[in-house]
Amino acid sequence: MYVAVKGGERAIDNAHRWLEDERRGDRKVTDLSVDQIKTQLSLSIAKVMAEGSLFDPELASLAIKQARGDLIEAIFLIRAYRTTLPRFGVGQPINTDKMIAKRRISATFKDIPGGQLLGPTFDYTHRLLDFKLLADGSIDEFEPGKDTEQMFQHVTQFLNNEGIIETEETSSSEAESPDLTRQPLEIPANRALRLQALTRSDEGFLLGMAYSTQRGFGRNHPFVGELRIGLISVEFEIPEIGFNIEIAEIEISECETVNQFLGSKTHPPKFTRGYGFVFGQSERKAISMALVDRALRWKELGEVSDGAPAQDEEFVLYHGDNIQATGFVEHIKLPHYVDFQAELELIRKIRKTAFEAKKG
Amino acid sequence: MSNSEEDFNFAYLDEQTKRMIRRALIKAICIPGYQVPFASREMPMPYGWGTGGVQVTAACLQETDVLKVIDQGSDDTTNAVSIRKFFERVTGVKTTENTGKASVIQTRHRIPEQVLSEDQILVYQVPIPEPLRFLEPRETETRVMHALEEYGLMHVKLYEDISINGEISTAYAYPVKVNDRYIMDPSPTPKFDNPKMNFCSAIQLFGAGREQRIYAVPPYTKVISLDFEDYPFEASRAEKTCEICGATNTYLDEVVIDDKGTRMFSCSDSDYCNSQKS
Ligand SMILES: [Zn+2]
Repeated sequence: MYVAVKGGERAIDNAHRWLEDERRGDRKVTDLSVDQIKTQLSLSIAKVMAEGSLFDPELASLAIKQARGDLIEAIFLIRAYRTTLPRFGVGQPINTDKMIAKRRISATFKDIPGGQLLGPTFDYTHRLLDFKLLADGSIDEFEPGKDTEQMFQHVTQFLNNEGIIETEETSSSEAESPDLTRQPLEIPANRALRLQALTRSDEGFLLGMAYSTQRGFGRNHPFVGELRIGLISVEFEIPEIGFNIEIAEIEISECETVNQFLGSKTHPPKFTRGYGFVFGQSERKAISMALVDRALRWKELGEVSDGAPAQDEEFVLYHGDNIQATGFVEHIKLPHYVDFQAELELIRKIRKTAFEAKKG
Repeated sequence: MSNSEEDFNFAYLDEQTKRMIRRALIKAICIPGYQVPFASREMPMPYGWGTGGVQVTAACLQETDVLKVIDQGSDDTTNAVSIRKFFERVTGVKTTENTGKASVIQTRHRIPEQVLSEDQILVYQVPIPEPLRFLEPRETETRVMHALEEYGLMHVKLYEDISINGEISTAYAYPVKVNDRYIMDPSPTPKFDNPKMNFCSAIQLFGAGREQRIYAVPPYTKVISLDFEDYPFEASRAEKTCEICGATNTYLDEVVIDDKGTRMFSCSDSDYCNSQKS
């Protein structure tokens, strides 16, 4: 007798064992350690932490190992783990003026107080495969100079002193900064919520959206006012002791764009801003985020929308989450034969009616 | 391995999350067919695999419950097995394949053939909770349409179906009107199952995880499939007999059994089929 669906349990068990075997790969090659991933694949870790919304390089490394290097799968592992963690409260606002930057550049001014600091960037490398790494990865250690141990004032601050760029509003209450992971997303969203959604959006999705604005779908004339990457401390106020304590030091990427100005004959024009903030060294995403943030701000800035995808809050916020997207796109591989059967019956019936009508 | 793992709270979710979901469920039961937004959590299975149903089930389950999980009508499909194992692992509750013995039934794409009773809860996994979604992609618009009971667009769609194909060309996820008020998506069940929802004795709960919506049909509530007087709704099925148990009134799977494309028909509801056999 035909039993298409029997044995599901055994099939699943075997699939899991096979998966584990393939993950480990050739046993003659040394097992990849979580430490190796943590210290040598830091940009993968940055992506997993940012899109997993959990700053923990160790767990991100473990997730990457377990996911066989599939970063979306690793992000999924982190998200599923994150759900089980209790939420203690809201940290103090992070002050990125106090960042110890390892990279800090501005595209709007030739020179800036504190100087341009390139840091560990791919920007000016020639993209030639380094065949030496095939054989031997040993290189000399590098000691960064003293430049990297200082704090820098934000470049946009110099524009602000002149009153030539809009002032950022700071939100202080929890109502102004709702938690996307604890409340259902409701549209329209305020900027704080949009930024939350963007920072955990898929990098590729944001990159595509940002790129589309540059090609005319919601153009907003961006300049990178400043891009900085470095360490900042996270503080949390413990009510019982009444003051802030530092609970972590995290690496982040921050991008501030200076965008097209708004104004009229009576209201002096000002530059506007876009903002990107991402865990780890993720400047591609930080820049993309700033462009998309600016594109989404058309309403509050009194602009007219072009109807471009990147300006469409509902479109961007509902489709940028790669865990939601990958789940739903891939779920069509699950059995749908009940629905397909219903369609089969319907199409047969309609065809029969059509044939009969034709015969007349 | 012990039945329930100590690393996790009973039913995986923490108590506050379960309380949040229960509040949404109560609201949903009070407003039959209305989609209640809820702060859906990330679950250890992918979106689209039943995260909404799993959260609703997790919020309902108590230690004395007996759980049945089906997908495509069967307890033995891979995803049903996976979800059942998940709950065995994180709750230790008893599970069953017997529809009559279950107090909570989580389902994807089918309603069991056996008539459900007052002491049962049927939890549906829902991919797209919005019945108007494919007529209007914007959530901001469809919520207003529901609020104003502005359902003209849906009737126009059904009318256009008839004028093009001679009949309403929706075979599954066939829209219903609940308690004379809200148009509701019954989840992608075949329209054959729609009449089972009407004045059903069991509580029917719907969870859409990715879309962050919960809705419900309380027991003994009117659930009517949309139609026109001259084109009445018809709960269609393959006009065949189950080749395993001989049933003539069940929803059937069509199975290709050889390279020549020979077909066999058998009940999609595997528990019902087994019970008819013996
Ligand atoms: Zn049968």
